[in-house]
Amino acid sequence: MAIFVNQSTKVIVQGLTGGQGKYHGLRNQAYGTQVVGGVTPGKGGTDVEGIPVFNSVAEAVAATGANASFIAVPPKAAPAAILEAAAAGIAFIVCITEGIPAQDEAKVFNTLIRDYPKTRLLGPNCPGIISPGKCNIGITAGEIAELPKAGKKNVGIVSRSGTLTYQALYELKQRGIGVSTCVGIGGDPVPGTNFIDCLREFQNDPETDAIIMIGEIGGSAEEEAAEFIKANVTKPMSAYIAGVTAPAGKKMGHAGAIVSGGKGTAQGKMDALRAAGVKVGLNPTEAGDLMAEIIKSIS
Amino acid sequence: MDLFEYQGKQYFARFDIPVSPGGAADTVDEAVKVADASGYPVVVKAQVQVGGRGKAGGIKLANNAEETRFHANNILGMDIKGHVVKRVWVEHASDIEEEYYASFTLDRAAKKHLLMLSAQGGVEIEEVAEKDPDAIIKLHIDPVDGLSAAAAHKAAVDAKIPAKALDGVASILVQLYRCFTEGDCDLAEINPLILKPTGEVHALDAKVSLDDNADFRHPEWAEYRATEELDSREQLARTHGLQYIGLDGTVGIIANGAGLAMSTLDVVNQVGGTAANFLDIGGGANADVMAAALEVINFDDKVTSIFINIFGGITRGEEVAKGIVEALSRVTLKAPIVIRLDGTNAEEGRKILADAGIPESTLISKPTMLEAARAAVAISKGK
Repeated sequence: MAIFVNQSTKVIVQGLTGGQGKYHGLRNQAYGTQVVGGVTPGKGGTDVEGIPVFNSVAEAVAATGANASFIAVPPKAAPAAILEAAAAGIAFIVCITEGIPAQDEAKVFNTLIRDYPKTRLLGPNCPGIISPGKCNIGITAGEIAELPKAGKKNVGIVSRSGTLTYQALYELKQRGIGVSTCVGIGGDPVPGTNFIDCLREFQNDPETDAIIMIGEIGGSAEEEAAEFIKANVTKPMSAYIAGVTAPAGKKMGHAGAIVSGGKGTAQGKMDALRAAGVKVGLNPTEAGDLMAEIIKSIS
Repeated sequence: MDLFEYQGKQYFARFDIPVSPGGAADTVDEAVKVADASGYPVVVKAQVQVGGRGKAGGIKLANNAEETRFHANNILGMDIKGHVVKRVWVEHASDIEEEYYASFTLDRAAKKHLLMLSAQGGVEIEEVAEKDPDAIIKLHIDPVDGLSAAAAHKAAVDAKIPAKALDGVASILVQLYRCFTEGDCDLAEINPLILKPTGEVHALDAKVSLDDNADFRHPEWAEYRATEELDSREQLARTHGLQYIGLDGTVGIIANGAGLAMSTLDVVNQVGGTAANFLDIGGGANADVMAAALEVINFDDKVTSIFINIFGGITRGEEVAKGIVEALSRVTLKAPIVIRLDGTNAEEGRKILADAGIPESTLISKPTMLEAARAAVAISKGK
């Protein structure tokens, strides 16, 4: 088991003929992911190192039976690409594109909810998702993810930040702790998939025994997650929130990472998570240490 | 990007939101000229991006050219909470019968647009929210549907806007919503939105924050960029296209990814150091970007050590390493580098650095984020 993606997930790459799409699409394939096709309008009939390219997502789905899409196209084209994938019946879309205007993002999100309720969007501006040993969609370096181990306790990871997602994977690998699935939800203001979506899946996933959550300043997603954890999550958790030292009123790189009007501070988020029973570390390594203790105590 | 009031009003005018006749002025003479053209009495308003201008003496009423000259002379160059006034906005003074409040933002929790409207304007809306929360109505708008004229009218009725101002307020709400959506704002706020004795409704102030991600479809934003209040380090970073925020500490920070950069600041702080900046070189950064980042850090005189924290995803270790080697050949760094390199092609990157023959006094490699932070902080303190 794992959440959202596994060995039977069939992936197409929208933007496979572009620099990022090709590099990461091929890396995902090399990891063992079933990358069954690519989509670039006007380049249908060609191939990228043996992976067939189609003119539209609909054609790609018809020819390959793909059920997931990896979108690696520029911000101007990404909203249309997401909606095209949804319209073609893709169930799981990963969009790594950074820099999509918030107005477009809000429109896409609400269009998906209304017209394509069965489609799940991960991102935009996210590193993607990896179920180690089964499927890797996005830009995560697969070798830093520890394989889940049968008969041992495995951890699910959900994170708002790309590089901190890798850091979390790395912390677990250093300690030999297996990972069921690692989801990077991205740091934009309107993520398609949020903490709660992932926590719910992890809670129901028999392969996941404990959960690490990595948040950051801005918005109230961590506080909402804390409420959800209190009511619904029985699996033990550790967490880390980035941006304790971030000055107010400044966007810390991510469009969503800003402390404004005294709201969205790291301290407030840490307090909310602690109140929900989550063990909170002051840096990624500490969150890893706390998880190692948790695993020891439940093994 | 936050706009100055005068820019906000100019932006409003693009969307047919009524504002007072007026203009911006950088000198006393210009201010008088604008005042003459706008018609007395006029208000002379300091253009700074900080609250409490009025209390600080940055907003004054002038009845004639002489008074305009006097106030403009006082306000230009005035220091308001560390912001020096370089420009004033001079506009015809409006007779005010009533003051309201209106704003549009994105409600991240609800994932919908949010209208906030109140018949009590002119004061800090946070104060109203605290003292009399029922005086503010909040309306969520589905971005797919947008805001209809009928919905705007109903919102105005719900907010207890008096009958004589209803049509004016409703029509401004529709225009302000267009400004918010088509104009790609993170925030579009009018406080106060005023009713004049003549029955007209118009915007007496403008608070606009633009979504930087939408820059590509707004060539008209170039003039706002030119007036952004950046320190010289931030200016240099911008010319290189880097995500940089200047801070006051001594450890220069370069990291890939916003989260890791924030975390790097936190860790430096935890081990007793202070960060000189936030710098995210982003995903897929190559040698040129790394060289530019080092140049920006090197420009900061306060920096006594540099902490490069890279965990490769899109960013490839060998590119980072090449960038460092290249940067060292281009610029003479004033402070030593402590690097922690992991992730995609990290081995390759470490090998490039090791083979480059860089002395330990210039570059030290550490295996973990914490160890690297400790080393960078120790160096920054001269240890």
